[in-house]
Amino acid sequence: MKILGQFMIFMGSLFVNKESFKTYIDLFFEEAVKIGVKSVVIVAIISLFMGAVTTVQTAYNLVSPLIPDFVISQVVREMTLLELAPTVTAIVFAGKVGSNIAGELGTMRITEQIDALEVMGINAASYLVLPKLLASIIMYPLLVVFAMFLSLVGGYLAGTMTGVITPEDYIYGIRFEYNSFNITFALIKSVVFGYIIAAISSFKGFFTVGGALEVGQSSTSAVTNSCIGILLADYLLAQLFLG
Amino acid sequence: MIRIENIKKSFSDKSVLKGISATFEQGKTNLIIGASGTGKSVLLKNIVGLIEPDEGQVYYNERPFLRASRDEKTEIRREIGMLFQGGALFDSKTVEENIKFPLDVLTNYGEEEKLDRVNFCLKRVDLENVNSKKPSEISGGMKKRVGIARAIVNNSKYLFCDEPNSGLDPQTAILIDNLIKEITEEFNITTIVVTHDMNSVMEIGDNIIFLHEGLKLWEGSSEDIIDTEVKELQSFMFANKLVRAVKKLSAEK
Repeated sequence: MKILGQFMIFMGSLFVNKESFKTYIDLFFEEAVKIGVKSVVIVAIISLFMGAVTTVQTAYNLVSPLIPDFVISQVVREMTLLELAPTVTAIVFAGKVGSNIAGELGTMRITEQIDALEVMGINAASYLVLPKLLASIIMYPLLVVFAMFLSLVGGYLAGTMTGVITPEDYIYGIRFEYNSFNITFALIKSVVFGYIIAAISSFKGFFTVGGALEVGQSSTSAVTNSCIGILLADYLLAQLFLG
Repeated sequence: MIRIENIKKSFSDKSVLKGISATFEQGKTNLIIGASGTGKSVLLKNIVGLIEPDEGQVYYNERPFLRASRDEKTEIRREIGMLFQGGALFDSKTVEENIKFPLDVLTNYGEEEKLDRVNFCLKRVDLENVNSKKPSEISGGMKKRVGIARAIVNNSKYLFCDEPNSGLDPQTAILIDNLIKEITEEFNITTIVVTHDMNSVMEIGDNIIFLHEGLKLWEGSSEDIIDTEVKELQSFMFANKLVRAVKKLSAEK
């Protein structure tokens, strides 16, 4: 409870004694590149393989002649939109971006860079964390949309190249009984996941005490706590919107 | 001028500062000295507000700082420059960006004006052609100089230095000491230096405060310190063989 209280105070401190709007705009774009653009390659690789593997494994399980082939891509679509693109990508995102945020802030803390900001009269929490939080909340949903598209492309390539499904059946299955709310739900999840990753990682990094060893521990703790937070939020959101 | 009144600070059950009062004059290099673990850095952090003391008050030109409103504190903090033990330069920024940082965030100066000010400060600390280097590409002594340049770039009225000589060779340490003293006198600012280096004490100490086990045991100038009768200060000073030799020579004369 004490940590939860400390976390809430930390979140509140982001919005007091702020610097000029222009300062935050510049920092936001810097962080958007670091958090979003530099994650594109890893998200692309994971999404392509995620779609390919889902297609091949779904085809492997659907052996009944009574089930039409287009069901394979329909299953791939549902899995991708509802779970794989927002949640699996979030776990990878937590590993890459979360550890980076905690490591950066932890190092700044132990080398007195955060103290230097405070002495200058700058609200270090707001200056350092708010742009990261906003960048994560805005960039992560964009990455999820990108991941959705590439996952479906990966499924198409794997399915058609291995001959488990024809291109026509794949496209038909993708479009069959499409429910646009799934996209909305995935985007809601990705905004929440983006917040959880940036907020928990910043909190862990910002309050690092000690030396290099503790910075490593903060990074590890940021990733594990973010993953737990993501899975918990995933369940709660599913219950809330789909239950 | 900075005045501190009855500063007390404890961590858990351990009392680190046991009621310290002092006045740090403007235009003078004020030193806080003492052995490791006597509370020097804690006192400095209490004065600049990085740690909140349990009791006491800090006055910046008679403006109360502790427990002041957020806006009042920010106003005072923007007049403070601080040189940290390790420099505390921002790793991701170049030397020029590091020095320009307070101007970028805290002022509305134009880019040209900011660069002029940065170059003036770099020249003042005897550094040239390092604008585009990253902190990892410069030596420890240069980092301290950049730290001083960043501390004075915004026309600070108060300069704080936490162990400015740590990790430096004796020659560079003297250069940094002299630079701090020159800047203090040239810009007529209030400077407080935390150190346990006896060379600094003898070179630049206009006003010296000696801390021992969280108490202020002695206060005076570098001229008086050599003749002190305080046993704890004597054992702190004369732990250094060189200072013992100086004392012996002075007695012989």
